[in-house]
Amino acid sequence: MAYSNKVLDHYNNPRNVGSMDKADPNVGTGMVGAPECGDVMKLQVKVNPETGVIEDAKFKTFGCGSAIASSSLATEWLRGKTVDEALEIKNTDIVNELSLPPVKIHCSVLAEDAIKAAIGDYKKKTAGRSQAVGVNS
Amino acid sequence: MKLPIYMDNHATTPVDPRVFEAMRPYFTTVFGNSASRNHSFGWEAEEATEKARKQIAAIIGATAKEIVFTSGATESNNLAIKGVAEMYAEKGNHIITAATEHKAVLDTCKRLEKDGIRVTYLAVQQNGLVDLDQLRDAITDKTILITIMYANNEIGVLQPIAEIGKIAKERGVLFHTDATQAVGKVPVDVIKDNVDLLSISAHKMYGPKGVGALYVRRRNPRVQLTAQIDGGGHERGMRSGTLNVPGIVGLGEACALSKAEMPEEIKRMEYLRDKMKDRLLASLDEVYINGTMEHRLPNNLNISFAYVEGESLLMGINDIAVSSGSACTSATLEPSYVLKALGAGDDLAHSSIRFGLGRFNTEEEVDYVTAKVIDVVKKLRELSPLYEMHKEGIDLTKVQWTAH
Repeated sequence: MAYSNKVLDHYNNPRNVGSMDKADPNVGTGMVGAPECGDVMKLQVKVNPETGVIEDAKFKTFGCGSAIASSSLATEWLRGKTVDEALEIKNTDIVNELSLPPVKIHCSVLAEDAIKAAIGDYKKKTAGRSQAVGVNS
Repeated sequence: MKLPIYMDNHATTPVDPRVFEAMRPYFTTVFGNSASRNHSFGWEAEEATEKARKQIAAIIGATAKEIVFTSGATESNNLAIKGVAEMYAEKGNHIITAATEHKAVLDTCKRLEKDGIRVTYLAVQQNGLVDLDQLRDAITDKTILITIMYANNEIGVLQPIAEIGKIAKERGVLFHTDATQAVGKVPVDVIKDNVDLLSISAHKMYGPKGVGALYVRRRNPRVQLTAQIDGGGHERGMRSGTLNVPGIVGLGEACALSKAEMPEEIKRMEYLRDKMKDRLLASLDEVYINGTMEHRLPNNLNISFAYVEGESLLMGINDIAVSSGSACTSATLEPSYVLKALGAGDDLAHSSIRFGLGRFNTEEEVDYVTAKVIDVVKKLRELSPLYEMHKEGIDLTKVQWTAH
């Protein structure tokens, strides 16, 4: 199979590889996929609690080149977006940007799921916090 | 050293230039039909095919009359299995095979199941070999054929052919073996091993594509087959069709060369393969060899690099031609059924690479490939959330995954 130049670029120079502290209240972590399916993506966002803007995003992916590229691209797009803007990223945007063939569409779906899971985790944490604040006041 | 490097010799091999030279005259000058009895063109062609028949017979310990030419091992497997099922239908309707056979055997058996044949698919042990006790237990008075491959095309393990042959003979059951990967690579002897039918392919041993052979035992017992292709009654009526004279000459020459060079070549392949294996194991953790090393083709190495997905690994070594058991490299999106049959777990099947060394690989190439694989595996593990979790001491089998 021939890969698009953009997939090759992300594979050869993956952006924002790494991990952030899962326990940090401003960090949301999403992990989707399963080893026996051949893809696992871990995506993390670090959100500024004042502004709601994603200041940092990191990923690690076990999967084919298209899965790596999809998650690498997702971290690029996430940085600088607000949490709500981030939720608007669609898998089809990733498919178009990376010119993924039909058999690789599931990679983009997984990346969208990872974004949603990371933001969801962050929101759960902040919800817990405001509740805690409420109890204290 | 020239890039890309070809190390996928279980898929196919290049035609050896010596084989090509032997074939050359049979396209243009000695072009006769070997079935033409009335002129020298036919006689010369027949002389060439009969010489090839002897060369092919010699490499498996058979006689020339026991060789039936076909278009390749897929046809040989079809002819052997379907031919026996039809010919011996009155004797029984049960065939025994193994889960790790090539699709040319498995799908042939599946086709026969639709026609009322009962098929037992033996599981294999973790080392890739069939369990002989299970085989014995599977035989019934309706069993007409055991078909077990000689060497596996993915993991290279050599089945206990002599033992299977002995069991088959004792129980009066015919024994077919798909020896596509074995002939020319390891010594094969149909008499010693009590093999009744054996499939051969030319393009796996530096011969041309589109030609193969089926060994059909003529004595003790005399095996009969129902032809699957009807026509002019070539090949003693077992396989009609004008003989592919240049292809057959190529197959014969390929057999003669492989036979003459086999002792040296086995040593060279084992040396290179083991050098590669030892270096990979020394440089990387969490590396698993699929299938036993004890009974294995000298040119095969099938390794899983845990926590690294196979296709992404192939992408990183894109100047090296190898194969992966990863679903992402297959049309079906299913990981290798052979590796799954070993009980390796789908995750390790996704992480596997098959290296198939060949006659034209050099030590320099093997060193280059080894270093490159180590490099890319390390890079991809930096990217792998699974490797990170493994390093943190998390048991990945206990994690609740969100399968999609």
